Amino acid sequence: MQLTVNGVTREVEVPEEMPLLWVLRDVLGLTGTKYGCGIAQCGACTVHLNGQAVRSCQVRAAELEGADVVTIEGLGTPEAPHPVQAAWIEAQVAQCGYCQSGQIMQAADLLALNPDPTDDQIDAAMGGNLCRCGTYPRIRAAIRDAAGRMRGA
Amino acid sequence: MGRLRTISRRTFLVGLTAVSGGVAFGVMAARSDYDNPLTAGLGAGEAAITPYVRIDAEGVTLITPRTDLGQGGYHVQAALLAEELMVDPASVRIDPGQPAPAYYNTGFADEAVPFRPTDYGWAAEASREAMAGMLKIIAMQLTGGSTTVKDAYEKLRIAGATARETLIDAASQVSGVERESLRAEDGAIVLPDGTRLTYAGLAPVAATLTPPRSVALKPPTEFRLLGKAQQRLDIVPKSTGRQVFSTDVTLPDMLFAAVALAPNRGEVTGIDAAAAEAMPGVLSVHPVTGGAGVLASTTWHAMEAARAIRLETGPSPYPPEQEAHWAVLAEAIRDDNRNQRKRDDGDAGAALPASSRPVSEFRAPYLAHQPLEPLSATVRIAGGRADLWCASQVPGAAVDVVADVAGLPAEAVTIHVQYAGGSFGQHLEILHIRAAAELAAQAGGRPVKLTFSRETDFQQDFVRQIALARGTGAVADGHVTAIDLDIAAPSVMGSQATRTGGAQPPGADLMLTIGAWDAPYELRDFRVSGYIAQGLAPVSSWRSVGASTNVWFIEALMAELIHEAGADPVEERLRLIRDPFSRGVIEAAAEAANWGSTPEGRGRGIAFGHSFGVPVAEIVEVSRSDRGIRIEEVWCATEAGRVLDPINYENQAQGGVIWGLAHAMNCETTYAGGVAQQVNYDAYPGLRLYNAPRVNIIPRETSPGIHGIGEPTVPPAAPALAAAIFDLTGERLREMPFSRHVSFA
Repeated sequence: MQLTVNGVTREVEVPEEMPLLWVLRDVLGLTGTKYGCGIAQCGACTVHLNGQAVRSCQVRAAELEGADVVTIEGLGTPEAPHPVQAAWIEAQVAQCGYCQSGQIMQAADLLALNPDPTDDQIDAAMGGNLCRCGTYPRIRAAIRDAAGRMRGA
Repeated sequence: MGRLRTISRRTFLVGLTAVSGGVAFGVMAARSDYDNPLTAGLGAGEAAITPYVRIDAEGVTLITPRTDLGQGGYHVQAALLAEELMVDPASVRIDPGQPAPAYYNTGFADEAVPFRPTDYGWAAEASREAMAGMLKIIAMQLTGGSTTVKDAYEKLRIAGATARETLIDAASQVSGVERESLRAEDGAIVLPDGTRLTYAGLAPVAATLTPPRSVALKPPTEFRLLGKAQQRLDIVPKSTGRQVFSTDVTLPDMLFAAVALAPNRGEVTGIDAAAAEAMPGVLSVHPVTGGAGVLASTTWHAMEAARAIRLETGPSPYPPEQEAHWAVLAEAIRDDNRNQRKRDDGDAGAALPASSRPVSEFRAPYLAHQPLEPLSATVRIAGGRADLWCASQVPGAAVDVVADVAGLPAEAVTIHVQYAGGSFGQHLEILHIRAAAELAAQAGGRPVKLTFSRETDFQQDFVRQIALARGTGAVADGHVTAIDLDIAAPSVMGSQATRTGGAQPPGADLMLTIGAWDAPYELRDFRVSGYIAQGLAPVSSWRSVGASTNVWFIEALMAELIHEAGADPVEERLRLIRDPFSRGVIEAAAEAANWGSTPEGRGRGIAFGHSFGVPVAEIVEVSRSDRGIRIEEVWCATEAGRVLDPINYENQAQGGVIWGLAHAMNCETTYAGGVAQQVNYDAYPGLRLYNAPRVNIIPRETSPGIHGIGEPTVPPAAPALAAAIFDLTGERLREMPFSRHVSFA
């Protein structure tokens, strides 16, 4: 089947039941998207599918024909980070960093839809993303900072 | 030395106390240095001036042998070396290196001697020094116990300074300029005329020189990196998806693997892999220790097939049902099973005669580690050699297990240590590395990446020790006067030792009651007794280890007694504590929170704890809504000595508070049929952004020592939360997780 990943058209031959998470990681070699739970309980595998944040562990390959997927690798680069990534770098959010791809993709989705979210709206959007290291105080600060960057841009 | 080292390492693993008797032979050998492991790998013109600094034509490589588990370990080790070497940590290479005796860790000495951390007397200090010498001889390269900073603070600055001084000697030889006129700056030695001789260019000459035996270290007032906010070296890759973790290792021709392991840890008596072998993408299925493993074309194919494997197993090697675990603990508290009574001030027996006072029973459940990255290892066995890619807190043990499976000497195994996506103690274990090696041995020389499914990871987790305590005390004239606390738990050291071929250590297990026996309370009658419960589920070190349960016990009991006495929880603790550093954190937390001014509709509690040499006081504030209790804010004061990076310090300390609160609220591992009942995050929720409190960290830096902060903020969180809930609701919590008794919003 054919899909677009980070702006590049990709042709993959995979079983219909294979989750997008593993298509990205083990077939396309895009390991920035992480496996954490496999049951949509941790958010580590969050990517943008046709412009919306989804848990890639829950998206079957059969649903991907013609899809447009953006992963953490396509959101920004070390040289030209997305405003959310720039805010994450500035606040030094990461400890182990394993959940942060998913946190950043979820936060970018929130701010694309709502450039000036309230605390409650941030809470509601980010509740599905687990950080075992407990970086939540910095995640909250970085989202506010990113919102300011995006409004100012 | 090899044989001695092997035996000594095992002796250490069978229990911290077991090594105490070996101190005498330690001191002489402790004065000599280990061989530099970098020397063997040098090419022409390359220099390895110390085990931590390698210089070749490409530039400088700093060796950071303590593994980065998310705590910023590489960052801080690089900063310590770079401070004296005069390089920019961002412009040099960082390499965890290969395991070697030279990378010994003496940071555990304080926890391995039977002296309270607040005892600065001659005997205590001499004993710590002797234990450090012993640990050097054992030469165990271990990341843990919040020891990285403590062990490295002088050692790595000396290494950096030694390398710098050797490079100055080399520059003097090359230029003919006397060394007093030379200075080191940003990776080069600068001549009086401004000419810069780069370290890389000086390496061939430096390699021929003998490094100085003693060097002067900068006074802290001259630090350019340490103590200042720096950007962590891994922050950009971790914010852009570029950081490679164990699970991300990708090699040409690599196979992907998953395992089905006996969920009750019973002996495997039969494997039915017919269905799994017939599944698409599956290459083969093989027995591994404790079950079977699948080699497949992707991790998804391997995990799907592993789920289809049917194992026949014998009974679990521990009671199948959870209630029996609690019964074993309760039964363990009896005089003829007492392992120790490390605290016995006054006469608690006479002050608190049996049945004269109510006894409170406190419980702390098993807890899984479950960092977000599941356990993973990649192994290639080919051509008489093996390579291992994984995160590990014990890289030497990881190499040994691969060597054992492959039938190779350890020298034929190379480890490529990876960043860990969290650990919290889990990477002290090597079960997954053995399974990966066993599968790699069947892969015809192709590399094999094994990734545990989350469910396998939960089921096979060597959990935090379960523990049960019974406590009583006395109050008089508005004050607490006596405490008698009995603690029963499995021995963490004993359980870990059993898995590495050792046995339960003889004598007192200091970890069993740590955090309680050594509490700095100066009561007239104060007794803490420890009892080892045998035959329970295998346990391992979990962030803050013994203190995670024992600070909860003593502080929960103290809170009840202070309330009974009618005293103020801050004032009464200060009255009972003389240690200035412990008093300092209590006063600092109380001041920051404006203690005594609890807002309307809120409840507040304080708890104090000492772990890994760091006194910590935490004040928790809670509110109540129709959806339940909400944790609003935490004030946490710490005293770890000099803070080397204020941002990383704050992040670690906040993370520890949230870790302590999260597990106290709603996490536990229970067994049914011998199988862990919580196998994913839906049943082990922890804290999320919406219920995470504001966490204020108040770092004090008055102590002359220096300590890590990855663990010490964990233990006081649970008792402080329980005290806050009592303050708000009047409900006394004695069992974790608290969600068994109260609802949280």
